[in-house]
Amino acid sequence: MTAKMAISLTVNGEEVETLVATRTTLADFLRQDLQLTGTHTGCEMGACGACLVLVDDRPVHACLMFAVQAEGAVVETVEGLTMRRAISDLQSAFHERNALQCGFCTPGMLVSAYGILAAGALPSREEIRDALSGNYCRCTGYEAIVDAIEQTARLRHEQEEQA
Amino acid sequence: MNAFAGGLDRPNSYIGRSVSRPNAKRLLEGRGRYVTDLVLPRMVHAAFVRSPYARGRIVAIDIAEAAALPGVRAVFTGVDLAAICTPWVGTLDHFAHMKSPPQLPLPLEQVSWSGQPLVLVIADSRAIAEDAAELVMVDIEDQPALADPVAAMALGAEPLNAGFSDNICFASRLDSGGVDDAFAASEHSVEQSFVFGRHTAVTLEPRAIVADYDPSEGRLTAHHATQTPYQFQDVYSRHFGLSEANVRVIAPDIGGSFGMKLHVYHEEMAVVGASILLGRPVKFVADRMESFVSDIHARDHRVTARLAFDASGRIAGMEVDDVTAIGAFSSYPRTSAVEGNQVVRLMGAPYDFAAYRASLSVVFQNKVQTSQYRAVGHPIACAVTECLVDAAARHLGLDPFEIRARNVIADDNYPRTSPTGYQFEQLSHEACLARLRVLMDYDALLNQQAQAREKGVLLGIGIALFVEITNPGPAFYGVGGGRISAQDGAIIKLTPAGEVHCSISVTEQGQGTETIIGQIVADQLGVDRATVRVMTGDTDTTPYGGATWACRGAGIGGETALQAARKLKANLLSVASIVLQAQPDELDIRDGWVVERTTGQQRISLAEIARIAFFRSDTLPAGTQAQLSVALHYVPQGYPFAFTNGAQGCLVEVDADTGFVKVLKHWVVEDCGRIINPLLVDEQIRGGVVQGLGAAFFEECLYDEQGQLTNASLADYLVPMAVEMPDIAIDHVETPTRDTELGAKGCGEAGTAAASAAAMNAVNDALSGHGVAMTQIPMTPTRILRALGTI
Repeated sequence: MTAKMAISLTVNGEEVETLVATRTTLADFLRQDLQLTGTHTGCEMGACGACLVLVDDRPVHACLMFAVQAEGAVVETVEGLTMRRAISDLQSAFHERNALQCGFCTPGMLVSAYGILAAGALPSREEIRDALSGNYCRCTGYEAIVDAIEQTARLRHEQEEQA
Repeated sequence: MNAFAGGLDRPNSYIGRSVSRPNAKRLLEGRGRYVTDLVLPRMVHAAFVRSPYARGRIVAIDIAEAAALPGVRAVFTGVDLAAICTPWVGTLDHFAHMKSPPQLPLPLEQVSWSGQPLVLVIADSRAIAEDAAELVMVDIEDQPALADPVAAMALGAEPLNAGFSDNICFASRLDSGGVDDAFAASEHSVEQSFVFGRHTAVTLEPRAIVADYDPSEGRLTAHHATQTPYQFQDVYSRHFGLSEANVRVIAPDIGGSFGMKLHVYHEEMAVVGASILLGRPVKFVADRMESFVSDIHARDHRVTARLAFDASGRIAGMEVDDVTAIGAFSSYPRTSAVEGNQVVRLMGAPYDFAAYRASLSVVFQNKVQTSQYRAVGHPIACAVTECLVDAAARHLGLDPFEIRARNVIADDNYPRTSPTGYQFEQLSHEACLARLRVLMDYDALLNQQAQAREKGVLLGIGIALFVEITNPGPAFYGVGGGRISAQDGAIIKLTPAGEVHCSISVTEQGQGTETIIGQIVADQLGVDRATVRVMTGDTDTTPYGGATWACRGAGIGGETALQAARKLKANLLSVASIVLQAQPDELDIRDGWVVERTTGQQRISLAEIARIAFFRSDTLPAGTQAQLSVALHYVPQGYPFAFTNGAQGCLVEVDADTGFVKVLKHWVVEDCGRIINPLLVDEQIRGGVVQGLGAAFFEECLYDEQGQLTNASLADYLVPMAVEMPDIAIDHVETPTRDTELGAKGCGEAGTAAASAAAMNAVNDALSGHGVAMTQIPMTPTRILRALGTI
């Protein structure tokens, strides 16, 4: 159970080759082994969404996946998305709208929002709320988060139309 | 009073302005620094063996196999920690005859709830500590649990706690007189019995602590996810016999608290003890299952109440009986009696009547402790009162707005003292009620409802008025002997570059404390807020103070910052007047410059003042000692509390076939006095409302008869999610308190205070055609179908 396996993957654009205990979740691997503490754990059973990261560009619960299962994968966390400025507009909209309070759910929310917006469509408020139904936030009451994602979707849509 | 230059037309006029939170940017980039993230050199990890029984006698504990597991550094039982930690008792002197048994980090003989920590395992990783915890052999003689509060308080019930003759933690009666006469003389009365389930805070970041004891200096540093660093400095110092000056508590970024993280928990005390015993840092982060069985729970009230009123709907009297079950102990140091006390004292608060009588019983049972969680007591008092008022309205065929308009204390009828002794400086029920009606577009809603009913759709509209306790003075805890401060302190200093640093004792959990303090300081000093750095959450670097709870951060912390900024400004103008050879009262500070007060002409920058004072004091006249740092403490005086008020509305659709309720819209009109940052106030209210709607529809800690919590996971305990929640419209009435210059009252609990009441009234309005009324929350589909007789 505590035996270690060699894994090789890409995390936030950097190659990582290391040994990891087979029972270590991807969330714990990111947080503890790589010190990428932007990814949070809130329930460790896939209910709260605090641990969402991108695995091969799709939002995945890092608490429901073992690190060894990420062999060969491209993993991206809030730190990586920030560094490559993939979510700057979302972060700016969240900031201006105060779509976060304690911030513990925020990295997961941003990963979910990245996934919603990656679809390219202009989602309705109901669709945004539905798409966030796996992200628990105790502080905001969600409305500001929906507003910020809706605003970003609209701005992106306008930019695409102009382009 | 309220004499500061208001308006948003000056440079640096930040009070009243919606500005975003500077400290939110790091959270958005994943750069938050939560206790959960902290790693220290030589740090080890804690896991607990917990009691599987709600009640039992500890026969034997065998730690040998666990201690032998590679990577395990220590295993501690109750005896080990009792040797270095004195017991604590969760009572306050001003609750007469209150009792609670002494508590230790880990029990010696008796387990009192399922999930109580029994044995502490310390290992190189949390995973190893958990492996070892499974190897600890615990022999407990199971005893019958008292899981039902009514049975626990019954005469002759076996006392849970040795040395006590019953299971009553605290009881009190209030009687303003005239209740029997009021009921006898009134033409009408309504009576209902209510059940308010247990729920819990479910902060997304669980409880977390890294205790770091350095034996070379006898110094404890606790990195503790809490709202109240000073309270814990006091607790750790007194109970572990450490010098107070040698105890430092640091509360960094906190992943939500809502009252839950200001109580003393057995695990945190055990971890501090372990660090002292081991002389190295020990980390404990509760997992979600542990959170459910060991975080404080809240509510758990059974209330029977009746209301007397005349044919016009005027309330003549009210009588209330509240039984609240708290667990095996009263929590420390704030007790588990405050919620019940506030329930019986807030009943009927918006309304103008004199005859009131209440009894309160706070009862021990074999469950985890209950204690203060957001809106302490308010949702219970509000729901009972507002449901009875609606029942009276239905009885008389009156509109809910109309019966309230006939009964609220008139806005020009203050100051007032409630029948329960609360002193109201100035509330605004009439204004809020009128504003709510407009905000909801109530008449249009009634039409919409009528049309829906023709199609068989059960729309319900509910409203609720509330009164909220904020800005508590020492009457809250201090008078009862609690070492919980009602004052706050700030240090503001000018840096050599002419920027500003403010350290203050109120704390940040995401509500925006640091932002509003920065706004107030910048506004009062006359500087760009980008040049103000605010520090909170560290007992070594901020002055002593109460911190953030009971909606005191803005009102008391804000006034502290305001007074401190004014004091620094006077000092800066004094130095400037010497440099400029002018009179201080001819000068002002705007945008970081000392200016002519009348013309606004720039004379000298604060950076230049700082440069001269710090580096070229030789150019100042002999005897000049520039005071560019100030410290100031502020405690509320005047009214013991700053009460606030407001009104909420809720629109629901009930599906009579499935029992499901869809919340379509929610409205809030709130009066928290001077609003410092409308953006942040509105988000406090929205977040609060959703916690109240969670209680109304989803959240309940479900126990079986053996006292086992049966839904202790986020898959089983339902919290409100985005898709279930409505948009929430907010409006404000602004009645500043005259007790402070700032005029701010609290707003953080307002949303939670009345949301479940408005939701109950909305559901009951929807069901009114069926002749049934819900009086239990959460209003689950099953309960609604039972009420409808479907199942």
